[in-house]
Amino acid sequence: MNKVETALAVAASAPVGRSLWADARRRLFANRAALLSIVVLALMVLLIVFGPMVSPWSYDYIDFDGTWRAPPQIEGMHFFGTDQLGRDLFVRTLVGGRISLMVGIVATLVSLLIGVAYGATAGYFGGRIDSLMMRGVDILYALPFMFLVILLMVVFGRHLVLIFVAIGAINWLDMARIVRGQTLTLKNREFVMAARASGVSNGRIIRRHIIPNLLGVVMVYVTLTIPQVILVESFLSFLGLGVQEPATSWGALVNEGARDMDAAPWALIFPAAFLAVTLFCFNFIGDGLRDALDPKDR
Amino acid sequence: MLRLALLRIASAVPTLLLLLVLAFFMMRAAPGGPFDTERSLPPEILAKLEQAYHLDEPLWKQFARYIGGAVQGDLGPSFQYSDFTVNQLILQGLPVSLRVGLGAMVLALLVGCGAGIVAALRHNRFSDHAVMTLAMTGMSIPVFVIAPLLILLFAVTLGWLPAGGWQNGGLRDMALPVIALALPQIAILARLMRGSMIEVLNSNYIRTARAKGLATRTVVLRHALRPALMPVLSYLGPAAAGIITGSVVIEQIFGIPGIGRYFVQAALNRDYTLVMGVVVFYGTLIILFNFLVDLLYGVLDPRVRAV
Repeated sequence: MNKVETALAVAASAPVGRSLWADARRRLFANRAALLSIVVLALMVLLIVFGPMVSPWSYDYIDFDGTWRAPPQIEGMHFFGTDQLGRDLFVRTLVGGRISLMVGIVATLVSLLIGVAYGATAGYFGGRIDSLMMRGVDILYALPFMFLVILLMVVFGRHLVLIFVAIGAINWLDMARIVRGQTLTLKNREFVMAARASGVSNGRIIRRHIIPNLLGVVMVYVTLTIPQVILVESFLSFLGLGVQEPATSWGALVNEGARDMDAAPWALIFPAAFLAVTLFCFNFIGDGLRDALDPKDR
Repeated sequence: MLRLALLRIASAVPTLLLLLVLAFFMMRAAPGGPFDTERSLPPEILAKLEQAYHLDEPLWKQFARYIGGAVQGDLGPSFQYSDFTVNQLILQGLPVSLRVGLGAMVLALLVGCGAGIVAALRHNRFSDHAVMTLAMTGMSIPVFVIAPLLILLFAVTLGWLPAGGWQNGGLRDMALPVIALALPQIAILARLMRGSMIEVLNSNYIRTARAKGLATRTVVLRHALRPALMPVLSYLGPAAAGIITGSVVIEQIFGIPGIGRYFVQAALNRDYTLVMGVVVFYGTLIILFNFLVDLLYGVLDPRVRAV
């Protein structure tokens, strides 16, 4: 046996280190509900992205000869039927899903950016700056934001960018609190102290020790924020304050569907089901991630 | 205790003020005025109208006037319902909204906490998983989806309950809206209650109580319940906010003559004073509620008092 082979044999027999992330992934995939949710969500995204390309109909094509067609209309390619203007509900549901998901993700990213920056600053500097910044968060936190967002939409009109900003501006508060708390405790943990004692630079401590430990909590929170944001958007759309016709979102479709539900229940049920299943999946994944990343419950 | 109360008041005041400022200036930043109609009014009449509503004064003066009024509980005249003040409209809707909202709150607390305790006691067994799956479903279905589905099932298909309207405000009128409003809160409360109950049941003093030979019933009700209720208590503020927000939609769907329905109509009619009045009224209510919950928290948890 030559030296290289010996070295390889030693390496193979050494205990395999499990990184935090490999460990978390294993636990997440062991959670059947979370795994199923990931699969369903992936299929949903594929359907939303490619479905409208496959269908011969466009989301705003009006056909007064084909109103209220009940599903399934396989030969007419109206898989989910049509609405009161004869528009294809399959395509409208999927296109509405694009808007709902996009709002969910973009607005969550907005809140992620503001929240992490704010929370990390407050937690890192600590002391008076921290208490001042967090007092500000407390004051904002008590505001009934939903009403202010509605007011905003009423006053400035329905605009997609405004929805992103308004919803993102609500959700950063939670993120800031969580990140700040996490930074505060991490800062004083033994492994950070050990790293500091062995002369590791501040930047490297933050990169190697603080951020990876923050990431888990932030990821859980992001996953749980997306469904909340989708919910807020659909709430606004339901009130007629969200996206503008002929563009649509799940909330707007539910609103239209609810109006004529005794005559055409499919116009309510399909978008409602898509909305509920998506929220369901995000919530399950978020819960699964939390269990997977929380070392307390091992 | 007094110190705590003063601290809480000190933090509630800026929130209230911020709410008023935001609501006022957002309303004024709106394009167009409240008197824009199909036919434009003669300038003299417009000037008279603006004078009557003090719209001709400089902005800061109007703001001072509004704050002055709001502090004394006067939210100004409604632009749309020109015979009514905003106060009258809100007071008209308040009893109805209050019934539905309180009903939903009580239902959510009873069912949510009950389900959470059952799930915690049967941790990791079938009923636990069943309650948690149901709770997740409840969290994932928005109020405005639950409500039409409930109508579809109980009013349209089964015909047991009215699909909407407000005959005399009896149980039949209240049942569906209250359930629709309470369901998401039930789901959240059940999850919260289960989590904190499991934690409390694992603590040492509970083991001691069990070791003494106390019945499970006594252990849960006398020893575990109070500490386990603390996280639920701190969620009451957000729960109230959620129910109030939800009531805006629910009152519209069920055609209930409460405050929320005015709000939607006012929003669509651009009745700025009414929209703002409702925002200020409900906002104040939520802030007050949070304040009371904080105080109650201090009463129940001695550790908070010391801070």
